[in-house]
Amino acid sequence: MPQLSRRYIQMAFFNLIWGLTFGALLLYHKGVPLTPLLWRLLPLHIELMLVGWLLQFIMGIGFWIFPRFWRSRGNDTPVRWAFWLLNIGVWLAGLSGVFALPAAIFLAGRIFELASGALFVLYAWRRIKPPGTGEWGKKRGERATSGS
Amino acid sequence: MPILTRLFIKTSFIYLIVALLIGAALVARSVLPLPPWLAGLSPVYFHLLMVGWVTQLIFGVAYWMLPKYSQKQPHGFDGVWWASFWLLNAGVLLRMFAEPMRAAHTGALWGWAVAASAVLQWLAGLAFVFNAWLRTKER
Repeated sequence: MPQLSRRYIQMAFFNLIWGLTFGALLLYHKGVPLTPLLWRLLPLHIELMLVGWLLQFIMGIGFWIFPRFWRSRGNDTPVRWAFWLLNIGVWLAGLSGVFALPAAIFLAGRIFELASGALFVLYAWRRIKPPGTGEWGKKRGERATSGS
Repeated sequence: MPILTRLFIKTSFIYLIVALLIGAALVARSVLPLPPWLAGLSPVYFHLLMVGWVTQLIFGVAYWMLPKYSQKQPHGFDGVWWASFWLLNAGVLLRMFAEPMRAAHTGALWGWAVAASAVLQWLAGLAFVFNAWLRTKER
């Protein structure tokens, strides 16, 4: 498993723990009331579970197991950026709900998430390909020819 | 495919069907004379899909596909994996019944059942992350 996948997956686990903890507190409070302030955690719980956990875990696994260009995963710079954008976006959007921050901050979080998703798709698109092809759909022989 | 993976995945399929049935029943309320307590199933519907199906499916596939923990213990700590399976399903099942009952009845019993379901699912998540984290490595 490549280092970048491990980073995605471990951050997904981190978000899962927090998302589950907030969700468990909310559910506990539904059964045995603790404090109504807990309802403020709902947007953060949703953001962490849907984007911070599920989406991020899938992106990490996708980077690991999608078909490679022979042995290489190509230029992974967009995926490195996507990691930071996703996690800043998740916590920005989630915390803006908890602390009732201005809508612009919530929007910024969602734009970060969008940028992250777009970068990941831009990168991963070329790895959804038939076997035995490299970047831009070139066959192994074509690559050698173009290099000579 | 190991037995625990098959259990996770087949159980997740059952939750998927139950969730879709509840989803259909929630919409059918507008055209059929169904009991009003069905409206209380809305959060149950969503969580059966997200926890009972998607999360459980991921747990099962992770147990199977993540890099080996060691040659002697390829899946990590099996007891903890089994605990995550039972805790998750006890929690989801308990919630499925307790949350609508809590909404429909007064009294503390169903409230405590809802709280217990929260603790069970939380422990299941901790058990999963403990094992899966150890297996998130190069090979």
